[in-house]
Amino acid sequence: MEAVGTFLAMGGYAAFVWPSYGVAAVILLGLLLASRRRLRLETRALEALESSAALRRRPARREVSGARRPA
Amino acid sequence: MSGLPWAALAATSSAMHRFANPTVALRLADRLMPWSASLCAGLFVVGLYYALVASPIDYQQRDTVRIMYVHVPAAWMALGVYAMMATASAVGLVWKHPLADLSAKAAAPIGAGFTLICLVTGALWGQPTWGTWWVWDARLTSVLILFFLYLGYMALWQAYDDPGRAARAAAILALVGVVNLPVIKFSVDWWNTLHQPASVFTLQGPKIDPSMLKPLMLMAGAYLAFFVTVLIYRLKAEILARRASVLRRARAEP
Repeated sequence: MEAVGTFLAMGGYAAFVWPSYGVAAVILLGLLLASRRRLRLETRALEALESSAALRRRPARREVSGARRPA
Repeated sequence: MSGLPWAALAATSSAMHRFANPTVALRLADRLMPWSASLCAGLFVVGLYYALVASPIDYQQRDTVRIMYVHVPAAWMALGVYAMMATASAVGLVWKHPLADLSAKAAAPIGAGFTLICLVTGALWGQPTWGTWWVWDARLTSVLILFFLYLGYMALWQAYDDPGRAARAAAILALVGVVNLPVIKFSVDWWNTLHQPASVFTLQGPKIDPSMLKPLMLMAGAYLAFFVTVLIYRLKAEILARRASVLRRARAEP
């Protein structure tokens, strides 16, 4: 228990050492979580777009090139 | 017109395009991700153990020397990510490849994050060792300018509706800002700064003890693996967003 106390005290510099590690952890974790969340949202948005496109079936390009379409 | 050179040119260009194809990039990213993520986690565990527990205190700085292990690698990353961002921007400007622009765009917030870590931990280290949180010396000021360059770059991407114009404007800012990199690196030699000169990347080799170099390098490796991992997340998101906007635009056309 005493060893934990000395470790946390950082030789009297706890007020500088721990906030340094804390700030780094908060910024890096924030970046990681925000980036993962953004990827999840973009994936979901694209999937929704693609599935609605599949439902509508509007192959505009193929029409222009004259390919036959299923009725 | 002879057909052979044209055929060769077409073949080369199609190979290049396949390599820089977003779909191929996505597949490569997916394959790289588990490796960079586990490397990052492993290096952080070992690095933090050496940084906080298994490294000696400095005879002058005592325990505040441990701030070095989060501060110095953050400074390296701040410069390195900017250099990568500027390189990708140059490629995007010259070859008009959207993947290059999106890589630079994806890297910017991570670089800004490392710069902010560098600035805040620097203040927390400055107070007990120099007796001040901040001075307007050349090193600290040029790093603050780097932080603003990152913010300006990110703001430019938001300022345009057309992604092509946004990419161009942001790339030009990124390239102009490159002059700041040597200023940061050599500020401690060119001017009389409160900040100390380099002690790892010197012509005579590292000047710090191996017992402190080890946690420093482990944490630098952890930061680098973190950058790769988060860059993959962000680049994937950018590619998907670009794809979605193309789909939306195609649908809006009659």
